[in-house]
Amino acid sequence: MTGLLDLFGLAESAQLLSLSPPGWGGNLLRGLANSLQIAFGAFGMGLIIGLFGAYGKLYGGPILRDLLAIYTTVIRAVPELVLILILYYVGTDLINRLAAGLGYGRVEISGVVAGIWVLGIVQGAYATEVLRGAIKAVPPGQIEAARSYGMPAFMTMRRVTIPAMMSFATPGLANLWLIATKDTALLAIVGFAELTLETRQAASSTRAYFTFFLAAGALYLMVTLCSGVIFNWIERWARRGQPSLRETRQ
Amino acid sequence: MSVLKPLMQPHRLVLMALFAGLIVWCAVSLRWDWIPAYAPLALQGLWTTIWILVVTSILGFALAVPLGLAQAVGPWYLSVPARVFCTVIRGTPLLLQIWLLYYGLGSLFPQFPWIRSSELWPYLRQAWPYAVLALTLSYAGYEGEVMRGAFSGVAKGQLEAAKAYGMPRGTMFRRIWLPQAVRNVLPTLGGETILQLKATPLVATITVLDIYAVSSRVRSDTFIVYEPLLLLALVYMVIAGLITLAFKRFEDRIPQRQ
Repeated sequence: MTGLLDLFGLAESAQLLSLSPPGWGGNLLRGLANSLQIAFGAFGMGLIIGLFGAYGKLYGGPILRDLLAIYTTVIRAVPELVLILILYYVGTDLINRLAAGLGYGRVEISGVVAGIWVLGIVQGAYATEVLRGAIKAVPPGQIEAARSYGMPAFMTMRRVTIPAMMSFATPGLANLWLIATKDTALLAIVGFAELTLETRQAASSTRAYFTFFLAAGALYLMVTLCSGVIFNWIERWARRGQPSLRETRQ
Repeated sequence: MSVLKPLMQPHRLVLMALFAGLIVWCAVSLRWDWIPAYAPLALQGLWTTIWILVVTSILGFALAVPLGLAQAVGPWYLSVPARVFCTVIRGTPLLLQIWLLYYGLGSLFPQFPWIRSSELWPYLRQAWPYAVLALTLSYAGYEGEVMRGAFSGVAKGQLEAAKAYGMPRGTMFRRIWLPQAVRNVLPTLGGETILQLKATPLVATITVLDIYAVSSRVRSDTFIVYEPLLLLALVYMVIAGLITLAFKRFEDRIPQRQ
């Protein structure tokens, strides 16, 4: 086995990627954990913003609707990298001013929280559009029926709208989750210790660029492929009871 | 005037007044004195952004057509590699791909004397060929998936009719299959081109001087934080708007079936 590894020059790579300190594998995994944490947080925050945004766009007053239109248009037209910088500076500025106003000194903001806040606002704009489309695809009769039985708005949302729109929303939400995992890489530029930055540090201190970038690529790919499987389950669960597309076509 | 009519509602007029007030406030109370000094550099950066966007979109699309075709109708030894390529490109962050090509290939090439002595070496030492390659492959990966759907979506009868008239396969592809596929996905292509625009600032991380890099330079030179970023966001919004308009004009030229 070792002879085979030597043959392809892989022994060195295996050593570089080992989990204990001479190798950098541990750093990569820690970076991956950070990335996933930020991606989960941002996706969750995006879903909450998106749900309120979608309801606002569909049922809100004219002013709210115009403001939400500006939010989604601007966020979707400006590169994530630029938004990350703007939101990062605005966020730290606001918190520091608030802290100064309350009589505290400068506050150090944790990278994970800042990353979630920044990417969450970006995700929110996309989620608003995805969820708006999904809610519109729910037959209005179902929502009217719930209302006519006297269900309060929130109960209608919980019991009727959200379950009924799930099957329309899952493909878009799966895309958003993949965007969230890949956008965490952009936080490397602001200096957060997530997977891409850890990889770059490991690569530049060992000069083994290919080994580390390919390893990180494999980690990202693993996340993507696993998410694909999970979202397939969710979609099948959300579609339970509905005829499959193939059957309806024939 | 029909375009202006939806804008003439009271709440929109108030919003526009507020917005105009915000712009005036920005113009008056924020610092813009750095603009004249950096204008030539900014124009150069803008030009870099635009040509990288145009070149990589065109090359990427040219690559996406065979990728989509291979996935849609190709034999397994073509369709499997094409699908793997698209999955890998779409499954990993672009920033990682750019860094892999620039730092990885960039550290590999100097080890080979025949590359160093070749005529390509002056180019390979610069950053932009890696940026163009990475963005082209990325666009091709995303578009390959789009074109797969587009090629299989063209109605079978159209291709059968062409075959029945004795059209050779190349002509059939050029005259019927490709145009139909492209016209069906034009809106998607427009959206993807805007995504490509939003991917261009990443090339600044490998020392290509695009408009984003110019704004970072202004920030590090003058310690002005918000103004260059706001102007940068505005520039990207304008370019995105122009792309949308261009694709809309394209779409309008296609006759719609009523």
